[in-house]
Amino acid sequence: MDAKTKKLVTDPLFDNNPIALQILGICSALAVTTSMNTALLMCIALTCVCALSSAAVSAIRDHVPSAIRIIVQMIIIASLVIIADQVMKAFAYDTSKKLSVFVGLIITNCIVMGRAEGFAMSNNVKDSFWDGVGNGLGYSVILLVLAALREFFGAGSLFGIKIMTLVNDGGWYVPNGMMLLPPSAFFLIGIFIWVVRTWKPAQVEESDFTIHEPDGAHGHAEAR
Amino acid sequence: MKAMFEKYLAMPNDSRGKTLFVAVALCLGCSILVSAAAVALRPMQESNKVLDKRKNILQIGGLIEEGKSINELFEAVEARVVDLNTGEYVDDIDPAIYDARSAAKDPAQSEALEPAQDIASIKRREQYATVYLVRDGDNIERFILPVRGYGLWSTLHGFMALDGDGQTVSGFGFYEHAETPGLGGEVDNPNWRALWPGKQVYGDDGSVTLEVMKGSVDPNGAGSEYQVDGLAGATLTSRGVTNLVQYWLGDSGFAKYLDKNRTQGG
Repeated sequence: MDAKTKKLVTDPLFDNNPIALQILGICSALAVTTSMNTALLMCIALTCVCALSSAAVSAIRDHVPSAIRIIVQMIIIASLVIIADQVMKAFAYDTSKKLSVFVGLIITNCIVMGRAEGFAMSNNVKDSFWDGVGNGLGYSVILLVLAALREFFGAGSLFGIKIMTLVNDGGWYVPNGMMLLPPSAFFLIGIFIWVVRTWKPAQVEESDFTIHEPDGAHGHAEAR
Repeated sequence: MKAMFEKYLAMPNDSRGKTLFVAVALCLGCSILVSAAAVALRPMQESNKVLDKRKNILQIGGLIEEGKSINELFEAVEARVVDLNTGEYVDDIDPAIYDARSAAKDPAQSEALEPAQDIASIKRREQYATVYLVRDGDNIERFILPVRGYGLWSTLHGFMALDGDGQTVSGFGFYEHAETPGLGGEVDNPNWRALWPGKQVYGDDGSVTLEVMKGSVDPNGAGSEYQVDGLAGATLTSRGVTNLVQYWLGDSGFAKYLDKNRTQGG
């Protein structure tokens, strides 16, 4: 793997993470991270769709009329998502039933569209493919971390295998029910972003504006 | 053909001809891919669906045994088609093929329900239903009956398993619904499902008395054998469950069938 490809794949993991830095694809990150099984399957599906759609869009980029380019990208993404859904129903039926509509919603996942429009339309097939893989993996990192925390603290298990015995089953662990509800994913994503930006301060955004304080209204004015 | 293809590709990207060409060619290409995937994977998906349904039937019927495959266990289960209007078995319909769900949508195989009758909010009821039986010799040991009805957001699809007396519940559960997770979705909670076995369906007057209560059941109170704890925070789902139980075990559901087939004195 040459240096450029490596950078394309590894950059989106932490330096330019689609969820933590670009804040894309949050919707499915909230919905499918209650257990590791569903999150893992979703990650695989999204990474495949993202890589293949970027490659396909890049392959035909010189022949896409600009008037219909978004629709062209959508058709490619939608077809790949349908195929991914069909494959899951054939090979991972139980988990795909739990993912239900969220597989179909990969079509509207901003990460996939964003890479197709933002990268694949102006780069060659190989780079676009690896960029898709990288961004899929960047999404996967967050999803798997979220799912591991949520399943561990919410249900006392990982990949459905019991690690802590729940009180209901005669054990000691009182599950944190909130972990299984969507808001907990919001908190966890927030903490994840916090950790990443403390580690890599370059990602901290400049404030858009400072809050104006009238002179003398508060004692702090002079202090500044 | 090739020449025409190249002629279109050579057109300027934003010309009308090229736009149409790209749109048509892309849609054609993608639809071929999608339909190829759908057709090639259909047999596997179908067998997954059948397996999943069998698993649900066995689970709700309490027939799962460790170390045996679903298909192996399912051999003990007999599927029969029942005419709900008469309560008689219908032998000229193959239960393996008959699909009650699509029959319920077909005006030729179902009847529209009056609002007063339609307590489970299912709108149409099919004439024939598939029931699953476990026999012990000639006697029926267990009935597993399909039930469905509207909760808060969705139609709940499930099975009610009864002992051979057609009176005692041996299992109850849903395999498909879209109720709120954590509230109505708690119909899937094993602890709640465990409240059902042992409950009685028909009261002394012969009508369906089994219901989901609001709050919890006083185990020593009168009639507690007809009552199941309500789901906290899910009044409408609980009510929906009561309604669908009363509908499907009532006269327009399986009551006639159960009357004819229950094991006497068991």
